[in-house]
Amino acid sequence: MTAAQYVYAIGRGFDQNGLAGLAGIDGAEVRLIAQRNVAAVVSVAPSDEAALRARLERLDDLAAIAGAHDAVVAALAARSVIAPLRLATIYQNEQRVRDMLRHRHEEFEELLDRLAGTVEVGVKLFVETRSPSRAAPSSSGRAYLHQLSRRHQRRDDDWRHAAAAAQKVDTALSAHALDRSQHRPQPAQLSGAAGHNVLNAAYLIPTGRVTEFSELAHRLAAQQPNMHVEVTGPWAPYSFAEPDIGGRS
Amino acid sequence: MTNPNPWLTSPRQASNSNLADVLERVLDKGLVIAGDIKICLLDIELLTIKLRLLVASVDKAKAMGIDWWEYDPSLSSRPQRQLLEENRQLREQISAAERTKEVSS
Repeated sequence: MTAAQYVYAIGRGFDQNGLAGLAGIDGAEVRLIAQRNVAAVVSVAPSDEAALRARLERLDDLAAIAGAHDAVVAALAARSVIAPLRLATIYQNEQRVRDMLRHRHEEFEELLDRLAGTVEVGVKLFVETRSPSRAAPSSSGRAYLHQLSRRHQRRDDDWRHAAAAAQKVDTALSAHALDRSQHRPQPAQLSGAAGHNVLNAAYLIPTGRVTEFSELAHRLAAQQPNMHVEVTGPWAPYSFAEPDIGGRS
Repeated sequence: MTNPNPWLTSPRQASNSNLADVLERVLDKGLVIAGDIKICLLDIELLTIKLRLLVASVDKAKAMGIDWWEYDPSLSSRPQRQLLEENRQLREQISAAERTKEVSS
């Protein structure tokens, strides 16, 4: 087979039945390319490379491709040990995938050992910011400036408190996690979530502890003033699928 | 408290993960294998992709006045050019202001 291969994940312990009927990007059939006990999860890549690049530039198409990628990854993660690949990783042909698996066999084994029996849980902490109190019309310029500086002072205080509170929750959650990874806070205008996202992190936890961990996150957030939490997952361990073992802080 | 298969009862089934959560994972995280890959995101200069947390279209975001990515060096190749342009404009304004001052004094 000479067709280009889109690679979703590297993994082991696959159950062939679990792959049956699984559709990837553009509905392509998902299959395995195995090399010893480690396999790449692939489907035939969209044939027009330029068109694919163009699609990745359009948000609606990008969302569909990302959704398909994640759907395959999530379906497999539920039944086997996998390391998800970043979106749009495409190899020239099947042989190149085999070569890659052979060259990196040990690395993949170590990575999969580390990820076995784990899932990723996302935790976002939001603080509700005080809406600036509609100030009574100031009697003088001086009073106005005073008011303005007080408002800025209050906002700075709010941020300091929020950051300290978020760190407290993060530290407590990290103590219950195998590993932790920081994500970029999501701008409120874009995510549509209420409040300011002060922490966006992912935690690697044992598979059986999802509910427990989620409850802990809710409990910890509830102890902080004006804070609410959003827990997502379980995800396949996207944020921990780095081959540099131990290189993560 | 332990559930052997968390995917079966996951909070995710309740779809509280939005597009931004998926995008930040598939675009920013996930294993990157260097080597002879044909396409990977690393070699695509994608403004759209780099708006990784975007849930609206780019046009809509711009209409909302959200253009932070254009000023974030990690998200855009443009800032260098923009900074130079801004620099040039500021210099022009300064020299114009100085000329005005000279005329009035």
